[in-house]
Amino acid sequence: MKAIVTIMLKNGVLDPQGKAIGHALNNLGFDQVGEVRMGKVIELELTETDAANAKEAAEEMARKLLANTVIESFKVEIVG
Amino acid sequence: MQAAILLFPGINRERDMILAVRQSFGREPAIVWHKETELPAGTDLVILPGGFSFGDYLRCGAMAAQSPIMRAVKAHAERGGYVLGVCNGFQIITETGLLPGVLLRNAGLRFLSMDTMLRVERNDTVFTAKWEKGAEFRAPMAHGDGNYTADEDTLDRLEGEGLVAFRYSDINRNGSARSIAGIFSPNLRVLGLMPHPENLVDPLMGGTDGKPLFDSLAAA
Repeated sequence: MKAIVTIMLKNGVLDPQGKAIGHALNNLGFDQVGEVRMGKVIELELTETDAANAKEAAEEMARKLLANTVIESFKVEIVG
Repeated sequence: MQAAILLFPGINRERDMILAVRQSFGREPAIVWHKETELPAGTDLVILPGGFSFGDYLRCGAMAAQSPIMRAVKAHAERGGYVLGVCNGFQIITETGLLPGVLLRNAGLRFLSMDTMLRVERNDTVFTAKWEKGAEFRAPMAHGDGNYTADEDTLDRLEGEGLVAFRYSDINRNGSARSIAGIFSPNLRVLGLMPHPENLVDPLMGGTDGKPLFDSLAAA
C-alpha cells in the first residue's frame, strides 16, 4: 500500500517561504491570493497490506523522522 | 579537555574547529565519523561543527540526528559530558532533542553570511567563563536556517532558568525568537549556537573574538 504523508507548519509558525510565494503570485496579478502556507508531501510505498497497520506505521515514521512536531503537524492518508 | 569532533557527510567547518581546539587545548581533537557507534575513550567534549550534513535534506540536521554516533552522543550528554554544536551542529542537536526548539528558515529568506554581534548572557559556565557577563563580541555567521523558534512556554522556561547563552546584540537578522543565538541545556553542559566563534580565534583571521569560548573549555 501507499501512504501519503502531508506535513505542514503548525498555525502560528512563521512561514517565510509561503509568504514569498504569496507575494510572487500577487505580483503575477493573482490578486485573489491571500495567505499562502507551504508544506511537504512524502509518499511511502509500504509492504504492509492492512490499511490500519499501514497508517499506524506511517504515523510512527512521521513522529520519529518525517515531521518535527515542535513546528510541524502531519496527516497520513493510505491509498491503494 | 579531550575533544572529539564529529564528521557527517556534508559537514565543511571541521577544519576551522580543529584549529580552534588545537590552539586552545594544546592537543589534537579526535575526528569521529558519523557511522561509528562509540566515542573514543576519554572524550570529555563532543563537538558538532557546521556545514550542510546530508545536504540539509528533509530538515537541517534531521538526517544527521539519526546517525549511529548520535546514540553515543546522547549517552555522553546523559552522563553529564560536554557537547558543543555550532551552526549545523546546533541544528543537529535540536533535532536529537538534546536542546529544545528548532532552527527555521531565516525570516528574510536570505542566506546570511556576515559578522554579527553577540552578547554573553552569563559567564558562570564552562563555555563562557573567560568572558565578562554582558560582554559583546563579534562572530561570523553563515546560515540559511538560523531562525530559532520554540513555543512560548519553552522560551519562558529558557529565560527563567537562565539557559539563554548568547543573544544577537546588534541586529536580529534571522528573526530568532527573543534574539536568541545560542542556548544551554539545564545542566549547562550542552551548548548550541548559530554563529561561528571558531572562525575568529587568531589575529590572522582578523580577530580573536571567539577564542574565549575555547579558552574557557580548555580551563575547565
